[in-house]
Order: sequence, then C-alpha cells, then structure tokens
Amino acid sequence: MLAFNFFGATEGGLFDINATLPLMAIQVVALTYILNSLFFKPVGNVVEKREKFVSNNITEAKNKLSEVKKLEADLMTQLQSARSEAQRIVGEAENESDKLYKEALELANNEANASKEKARLEIESQTSAARDQLSKQADDLSELIVNRLILEK
Amino acid sequence: MFFNSLLTNFAALEVGQHLYWQIGNIRLHGQVFLTSWILLGALLVFISLGTKKMENDPKGLQNLLEFLWDYIRDLARTQIGEKVYRDWMPFIGTLFLFVFVSNWGGALIPWRLIKLPSGELGAPTADINTTIALALLVSLSYFYAGLSNKGWRYFEYYVHPTPIMLPFKILEDFTKPLSLSFRLFGNILADELVVGVLVFLVPLILPIPVMFLGLFTSAIQALIFATLAAYYIGEAVEEHH
Repeated sequence: MLAFNFFGATEGGLFDINATLPLMAIQVVALTYILNSLFFKPVGNVVEKREKFVSNNITEAKNKLSEVKKLEADLMTQLQSARSEAQRIVGEAENESDKLYKEALELANNEANASKEKARLEIESQTSAARDQLSKQADDLSELIVNRLILEK
Repeated sequence: MFFNSLLTNFAALEVGQHLYWQIGNIRLHGQVFLTSWILLGALLVFISLGTKKMENDPKGLQNLLEFLWDYIRDLARTQIGEKVYRDWMPFIGTLFLFVFVSNWGGALIPWRLIKLPSGELGAPTADINTTIALALLVSLSYFYAGLSNKGWRYFEYYVHPTPIMLPFKILEDFTKPLSLSFRLFGNILADELVVGVLVFLVPLILPIPVMFLGLFTSAIQALIFATLAAYYIGEAVEEHH
C-alpha cells in the first residue's frame, strides 16, 4: 500500500510532475524581481553608502594623521633650534657677566691698591715729618740741657 | 495484523497525496502554492517592515536585514567573484531566502492542524516540482551568465583543460540540476517523514531532537543550494587563462 503510494504512477505520488513546476519557476522569478526592488537594492544602497562614508572617513583621518605627524616633526625641529639658540644666548650672557665681573673686580682692586699706596705714602711722610720734628726737639732739648749745665758751672 | 494496521496508519501520513487544483486542463499541487504564498507573504511583510524606514544608524529589523544582505553578498562574492557578483546577488539571495523560508516554515509551523480535503500542507520544498523548478532556474542562469559574459567563448569551458573533458562536462549539465533538485527534495521530505513517523510512534519528547536536527538540516540545505547555485554561475563566468 505504502510503496504504491510512494511511486504512484498516474495520479499523485511523490514524483508527480505537472504544471506546478513552471508556475513555481515563474513565481520564483517574480519573487527575485520583487525582492530586488524591496530588499536587495534599498539595503544595498544604505550599506554601500555607509561603507563609502566609513572608508572616506578613514582615508581622511589617515591624511590628517600624516599631516599631524609632519607638523609634529616640524615643531620638533623648531623646538630643537629654539633650545640650542637659548643655550647659546645663556652662554653668551654668562660670558658677558663673567667679563663684567672681572672688570669690576679689577677696577676695584686697582682703586683699593691706589688708595692703599696713597695712605702708605702719607703715613710715611707724616712719620718722617714727625721723626724730624722729634729729632729737632731732641736737639733743642739736649742744647737746653747742655746750656743749663754750662751755666751752673 | 499489527503490521497491516501500521501500514494503514503510515498511509495516514498521506505521502504523495496532493490537493489538486484544476485550471482548464492543467493540474496544480494546491498545497504547495498555499504554503508558499503564506510563507512568502510573511517574508515580504517582514522585509517591508524592516526596510520601511532606512537609517544610516540601523535599528531593530534593519540590523537583521543588513546582516542578511551582508551574508548573501559574501556568499555571492566568494563564489561568483568580484566582477559580476552584483548582477547575480538578487537571484542567489532569492534562492537562499526562498529555500530557507520554505524549509523552516515547513518545519516550524504545525501545518498538520489544518485539514485539507486531500493531501496536507508542508514545506513547499518537499515537493519535487518546486525543487526541479529552482534547479532548472539555476541551470538557465549559469548558461545565461556564461553566454552573456563571454559569448561563444563560454563553450571553451567544455574543453578545458583538455577536450577529453567534453563528455563529462556535458554530463555535468544534466547532473547539476538533478543533484540540486533531488538533494533538496530528499532532505526536506525525509525530515518531514521522520518527524511524522516519530510523532506517530512516540508522540512525546522523542521527536524533539529530531525536529531540531530538521531545523539544522533545513538551514544547511538552504545554504548548500544557494552556494552551489552561486558556484555554478561563478564557474560559468570564470575566465580561463
């Protein structure tokens, strides 16, 4: 019974091929067109638009990144040169101040030496004057003593 | 005695019975069209809902549809190749969706509860007419794809890489639709029969793993059908050097 039904010859059966076949084919072709306009085209448009947007953004970001890197390198060289310039200026200023200090020191030393010398000379002259006066007074005194002694005799 | 009653009950599964529609002098399998219209209607409603308000930031159904679109695009692109996959993507996608929706619809919806005067509702792909129709469409498509892309040079494919291949390649043109249609038909029908017989023998619990296996088979068959169709088209448009 079962076997009969399975491969039923004329009416029914599993392998009963009839006009269902071409009509189903037409239905599937129609479905293809319907799905194309309802599903594949609109969704594809949205997805591809987004993919384009994303890839554009990525290239833009890459360009910007390379620009930033270039600017950074530029700034680095500028910074480097500014740093060396600053170092040079600081060195120069140090040299200058050193020189000024030395000059001032020398000047002050000279002045001090000169005034010291002057003072020494003055002291010397005053000492000699005092010594002369003292010796003169001693002479006078001795003469006076001699005279007194002579008179007493 | 028992065997006899078993057979009668097996016949109650109504294998090979159809609901015939007579239009003029052509006869149609009504149950196939009824289920396919219900399932395709559901598919179209689902798709129209998902594409009603397309946004750049997808939400809800649109996400699912975009995932589906991407999946189909990848399938078509890997099999057909970068150059012409765009032309064939809707066809491959329609095959995939039609077979998938038919298989899962047949497996998931308890059609048996709806009584028909003759035959019973089920997966449209469990009818040989549907699968042959799909397979012949695939055959026509790859011939058309080859001829429209390469003109008469398409027939170089038959003697590539040596003319010895000619009879085999010609034979292939017949075996391709045959294997496509019978693979799908056999898998889906076998799944329906196994579930039907198990439900009849042990109505509780035991059929459930088999039903899950059926869902798995159904999805795999849809993927296989679409992939093979794309592969045949890709083979036809491929340039030999």
